[in-house]
Amino acid sequence: MSDIPVHHDPHSHDQPEPNYLNWSHTVKDWLLTGDHKRIGMLYLISVTIFFIVGGVAAMFIRVELLTPKADLFSLETYNRIFSAHGIVMIFFFLIPSIPATLGNFLIPLMIGAKDLAFPRLNLLSWYIYVIGGTFAVLALVFGGVDTGWTFYTPYSSMFSNGNVVLTIFAAFFAGFSSIFTGINFIVTIHKMRAPGMTWFRLPLFVWAHYATSLIMVLGTPVVAITLLLLVAERSLHLGIFNPNNGGDPVLFQHMFWFYSHPAVYIMILPGMGVISEIIACFSRKRIFGYSFVAFSSLAIALLGFFVWGHHMFTTGQSMYLGMVFSILSFMVAVPSAIKVFNWASTLHKGRVSFHSPMLYALGFMGLFLIGGLTGLFLSTMGVDIHLQDTYFVVAHFHYVMVGGAIMAFLGGVHFWWPKMTGRMYNENMAKVAAVMIFVGFNATFFPQFIVGYLGMPRRYAVYPEEFQFWHILSTMGATLLGLGYAMPGVYLVASLFNGKKAPANPWGAVGLEWHADSPPSPHNFHETPIVTWEAYEYDIDGEAGMYDGPLEGNEEKRTNFGGESGTEPAGHPAGD
Amino acid sequence: MSVETLHGEPVQSDDPHQAFAVHYKERKQQDESYIVGMWTFLVTEIMFFGALFLAYIVFRNIWPGELSEISREHLNVKLGFINTLILLTSSLTMAMAVQSAQRKIEGRVYFFMFATIALALCFMGVKFVEYSKKYNENHVPGPLFHYVAEGAETKATVAGVEVVKTEGSTEVAHEAEHGRKFSLEPVKGSATSSAQHAEIFFSLYFIMTGLHGIHVILGVLVMLIIIVMMWFKSPLVADFMPIEMTGLYWHFVDIVWIFLYPALYLAHPDLQKFLHG
Amino acid sequence: MFDKISFFPEQASTFANEVDVLYLTIWGLTIFFSALVVVMMLILGIRYRRHNKIDRTHPVHTHHGLELAWSVIPLILGLMIFAWGAKLYADAYKVPENAEEVFVIGKQWMWHLQHSNGIRENNELHVPVGRPFKLTMISQDVIHSFFIPAFRVKRDVLPGHYSSAWFTATKPGKYHLFCAEYCGNEHSRMVGSVYVMTPEDFQRWQDLKGTAGGELKNPVVKKTLADEGFEIFQSVGCSNCHVAEDTARAPSLNGIYGKKRQMQNGEVLLADRDYMRSNILTPNDKITAGYEATMPTYQGSLTEEQVNSLTAYMKTLGTPDEPKPAGGEIKVRAGKVVNPPPANSTKPATGTTTGGRL
Repeated sequence: MSDIPVHHDPHSHDQPEPNYLNWSHTVKDWLLTGDHKRIGMLYLISVTIFFIVGGVAAMFIRVELLTPKADLFSLETYNRIFSAHGIVMIFFFLIPSIPATLGNFLIPLMIGAKDLAFPRLNLLSWYIYVIGGTFAVLALVFGGVDTGWTFYTPYSSMFSNGNVVLTIFAAFFAGFSSIFTGINFIVTIHKMRAPGMTWFRLPLFVWAHYATSLIMVLGTPVVAITLLLLVAERSLHLGIFNPNNGGDPVLFQHMFWFYSHPAVYIMILPGMGVISEIIACFSRKRIFGYSFVAFSSLAIALLGFFVWGHHMFTTGQSMYLGMVFSILSFMVAVPSAIKVFNWASTLHKGRVSFHSPMLYALGFMGLFLIGGLTGLFLSTMGVDIHLQDTYFVVAHFHYVMVGGAIMAFLGGVHFWWPKMTGRMYNENMAKVAAVMIFVGFNATFFPQFIVGYLGMPRRYAVYPEEFQFWHILSTMGATLLGLGYAMPGVYLVASLFNGKKAPANPWGAVGLEWHADSPPSPHNFHETPIVTWEAYEYDIDGEAGMYDGPLEGNEEKRTNFGGESGTEPAGHPAGD
Repeated sequence: MSVETLHGEPVQSDDPHQAFAVHYKERKQQDESYIVGMWTFLVTEIMFFGALFLAYIVFRNIWPGELSEISREHLNVKLGFINTLILLTSSLTMAMAVQSAQRKIEGRVYFFMFATIALALCFMGVKFVEYSKKYNENHVPGPLFHYVAEGAETKATVAGVEVVKTEGSTEVAHEAEHGRKFSLEPVKGSATSSAQHAEIFFSLYFIMTGLHGIHVILGVLVMLIIIVMMWFKSPLVADFMPIEMTGLYWHFVDIVWIFLYPALYLAHPDLQKFLHG
Repeated sequence: MFDKISFFPEQASTFANEVDVLYLTIWGLTIFFSALVVVMMLILGIRYRRHNKIDRTHPVHTHHGLELAWSVIPLILGLMIFAWGAKLYADAYKVPENAEEVFVIGKQWMWHLQHSNGIRENNELHVPVGRPFKLTMISQDVIHSFFIPAFRVKRDVLPGHYSSAWFTATKPGKYHLFCAEYCGNEHSRMVGSVYVMTPEDFQRWQDLKGTAGGELKNPVVKKTLADEGFEIFQSVGCSNCHVAEDTARAPSLNGIYGKKRQMQNGEVLLADRDYMRSNILTPNDKITAGYEATMPTYQGSLTEEQVNSLTAYMKTLGTPDEPKPAGGEIKVRAGKVVNPPPANSTKPATGTTTGGRL
């Protein structure tokens, strides 16, 4: 691999060569940028803000649930808080979290392109997201909304007195933002790959994002039109979902879940892509069963469109319909199982190191396993009768979305942080945070499985006393979890000011993105790379390049292609 | 190349057919990206309208006879047919415009683009006639919506056997032949439920055709912009790709109408009998 | 609080144990597979840790046998669980023919329950052990969900459509009744209690009803639902047109319940609960062949309770097989003391009544 034509341009003399962060500092250049890396960073900042908003709401919920009575908030306020938590977390954090930040930043780098296919569409999608976010914030400021994130009719259309219309427009805009992102990714992955970057040389991260984009493109329009119908229903009283006018409230649920179940895969599939990258890198080994993992992403995306009815086993849909949805839901378990087993097998005969991204990845595996397997309880029709709308469901989807998607998001942020910012963070603190989040998460949500089976319904502010023990456990766990989430916020931001300068390839990873500088130059690569190697061609014995603690005295061995020694470093010495 | 012109900005070239934005490798990549992007966008559009068609199918299935009855009484099949012809013709002129652009015959491009716009405006004109009729009859869903089933109205005013003829229902007509007498009394509130169903029908009618109409108007705007840019020799429209993209979009708009027309206008009550034996 | 820590709700119905067994089985699988993967990761991770000198030659990158194994085995296990769960689901929603009916109305934010013999309760349900009860439920406003954890029974209560569930209680005691579907401000206060009693206690409770004594807070003595329905039938004007014989204006309602009705548009509909309800509230949606849309709508003027009583009354007007006379002779009936009507003779075995609406 010594003939890789990626090399840095040695024209810089005294001045460090401009990278995408520092070539200009004006607000205009940030807000009107077409650069996928800058847009990724804009998204990173925006989703973090919404994560904080949603997280504060979550803490309010947990504190209120410490006691069986509604003593901190009125019932009405509580309803608005959990609705805000759900809407903000799902539409403004989880759905854009990985695709719009890491995906935006990395897909062009990983496939050797200068940018996404449509840079201005990309920027537009961020603006639309911001408009949607503004609507959401306005809805909150004006008193919030009390429908829950599911907007079930006829409550949302005829009975709620919250800011339903404003909130729906918020979700509607967020949806368009993800449609545009999806279109951009699909075209980019199809048409912008560097010479030699065949489909089966793509990193699994890209495969996962391709599958995600398919869901975004196919599913989001349906929920968009459904929400529009709901707005029309609420403002003009049309009656499409209103039984008193001959409409059908269950039709809304069908149309809503047609998108919103696949939307769960929008949240988790990119996370799976992140995990594939991290596990391969820190095992120094090609992902076991590459093509199986790649196709399982597509299988999940495809099957995900035909299982929405498992949210409705108790609504009275026909039993035979329910059976079809149930059996297909079990089928989704198969590609998920394939992924998990393949990841675990990747460790075999690898060279495993436990850096913080790897800790997040292993944590993801454990939590996703529980999250996925508890999904089987809910697709089992007879058991779902009891579990539907209880805390068991809450625990299940938090295991998938928080335990899965957010662990993966944090793992990815830690893994690519040096690439995105050019700085190394405090590895020890990162490890502590990873462990805290893992422990705190389980303490928060495992009790909810039990209290759910005991019969505690969702969205209850007051509850019978015998459930209190489990809620106290859960709130204690949530405190730890909250502290755990705060930590990366501290040490990652601190690293921007006092972190060590990151080399181009701190982990000795082999993805194309590591061939660019850290942070990458505005045009990503100095020359268009020509790919002549397979994905994940790790050299099992090549330990060189693994960033291990402080960089002092370690500067010379920081980058390598494929971990081999003797190749030309990809990055130029940053900042010296 | 400077950083400032990196992302998405076109690079000037002597041959406009070879210019491409700097983040692409070559002109061919840019063209193909546009085409794949447009098709992907059209897929989202299909899902958009698909959701509405789904809602419509559900309600047609719940009240099969009644909705087709409403459609037959209140939608003008002839105007719809004329609009279908207009839109199909506009697709032809659009295709001619694309072909002329590919052959770089600028005059014909102008001609066919204007022809397409003219046809689109005709389409919207006919729609305006239809909409305003419904507006005058208070058939626009919302607070002002008012609907009285044809049959119910007649019954309240006309006596005896004549009722039957306006009713339009074969079942009742059959009984009338046997001389069955109907008591004549005002039908209090009898139209309420059919009014609700009519409101749902008209809701879906207005949302579906309205969304389609918005697409037509957007298409016209895009074509006007392209024409203005061509007039001022903008390099952005120096080749046929923008027109080809517009053409793809325009054919999609046409196809949506080809599904809307039979679904809404040609809903026949007998279809129900046909389906249920 | 700490003396009440439990992992399972009480088992108080015939389903409870079956659901628990399946639930524990899936937990078994969950724990097995989680442990398998976690142990595999731990062993591999430690064994092949970075600084460990160990043989790493000939790594395997793909293995079709393994892929097949971990696709097919979970699939087969999944299908088995699916079949088991589907069977349980079918049992849980297939109402036995001899079930006694309790009518449930959900409204923001309370449960109103009516026994066939006219006993009414709010947020409380009294049932004896050992007898199957069918819940016929409808909502007056938004979607609710009737949930008794100890019975492992839950069913959404929809506006505009009847839904049903059933159970046979097995263990006397007081159990929670929850609304499980979010329904607005006081959602978490839309709760109540289910009292399961021995047959003797239940009988005593029934006898006591209305004496305002004992543990009964809400029950109010009423006529049977059918009797009340008859009164409504008279007072809102149904009896003006619907008489014993078919007339030009209106069909006779004798034996209508459970009968197949030919509609004007050619459809043939079964006159079940949903049919009765929609033809009382919005009669002109579906007009019986041979009649005109002359009946006024009662939507908004009749409550769900009144509609239920009317339906209960019409059920007593004979069956398709043995029609009983209506009209004038009904007055005789009205004086009779009618115990819960023999459910098995009037109820078509329709199973889930709201199925198939999409």
